[in-house]
Amino acid sequence: MVAAAPTRDATVWEALGQLADPEIPAISLVDLGVIRGFAFDATPDGGERLTVELMPTFLGCPAIEVMRQQIGERLTELKVANEVVVELTFAEAWTSERITPAGREALRTSGFAPPVHIGSEFDGELLTVLPLATCPYCGSRNTTLENPFGPTLCRSIYHCADCRQPFEQFKAV
Amino acid sequence: MTELDAQTQEALAELLLSMADDEFVLGFWDSEWTGIAPILEEDVAMSSVSQDEIGHAKALYELLAGLTGDDADRIAFGRPADGYRHAALMNHARTDWASSIARRFLYENADAIRLESLANSSYQPLADLVVKMRREETYHLLHFDLWLRRLAEGGEESRSRLAAAIDELWADAQAVFAPLAGEARLVAARILPETLETLRARWLERVRPRLEALGLPVPAAATPPDADGRIRHTEEFAWLHGEFTMVVRSDEAATW
Repeated sequence: MVAAAPTRDATVWEALGQLADPEIPAISLVDLGVIRGFAFDATPDGGERLTVELMPTFLGCPAIEVMRQQIGERLTELKVANEVVVELTFAEAWTSERITPAGREALRTSGFAPPVHIGSEFDGELLTVLPLATCPYCGSRNTTLENPFGPTLCRSIYHCADCRQPFEQFKAV
Repeated sequence: MTELDAQTQEALAELLLSMADDEFVLGFWDSEWTGIAPILEEDVAMSSVSQDEIGHAKALYELLAGLTGDDADRIAFGRPADGYRHAALMNHARTDWASSIARRFLYENADAIRLESLANSSYQPLADLVVKMRREETYHLLHFDLWLRRLAEGGEESRSRLAAAIDELWADAQAVFAPLAGEARLVAARILPETLETLRARWLERVRPRLEALGLPVPAAATPPDADGRIRHTEEFAWLHGEFTMVVRSDEAATW
């Protein structure tokens, strides 16, 4: 028996899953949750267009354009459609809740504390009361927030009092 | 929603431009702190906040460009200085840290109230974008509220500088809620669910008790702003405009 060929959708998801976040390469765009979905539709000249919906993590993130370009190039190489369009969407807001469990683990093993869970309704007050970060190096929760703003828009800076390491946390948003 | 008539669309364009220009101009002013803020953490924080604001401006300019068939970069960088529609609060040059904190406190609260209301806008693309913006702005609100408290409680010098800055900026801060020419249409269409004067009253209700709680003097007069609050500009802004358009002016035909 011959294994069934992967469906076209599966091929596209697989290709997207191989693209890394330009700023935190440990995590893929799929695990980061920035791909809302994609669809094939017919073009007037009888061809087919693949449209991908990309959700920006932060509106001022300069990596958005890089992601857009990478997605366009990779999917064009697949030759699954005559044309590939990558559209930014705000129809649904990206939140850090969209990072998959595998993505959270990938962040942790590369030295980034995953974002604290905030639920679907964002409540700013939570940012001031929740235990905010677990040290990705030693697992201690004896950590303090040094700066809610970090080297990129999506990162905060913490310090671990137990292993005395500074570390970054992916921001809950 | 149904197709917008020409006058409502024009009014919506005016609203989007006012919001985008507020974020854009303030983002540029505060980006000047990069490298020279009082502490290293604030170099990082102000740079990050400014980057957020310019990102919000970009998204709003793109929404506007889609509506009017214009180009977002042209709107952002291709207008003469007198074509900008930011509130008078953003006309002031960066001076000391207390003044920047005072402006951020007044503006972040005004912006939060504006966004809370627009989250219910009948113009869905704006309501959607606002959901995204509010999540990011929450960090700004918390951060500058903390700084307000630090300066208020820090000592005589920080407190008196902060109080003087709030007093100086107070009248111009009202202009974030300056009436727009097409405002009645926007309210009728529920694109803007409440009048700007209603939002200003809500802002005063939020800002005044916060200042009182910190023992800071609350400026008495809060005359409703007139439309001129988004039209009049200063020499300081003309200088900033020269700065942020410098690269574009160096080769206007370049492709970015």
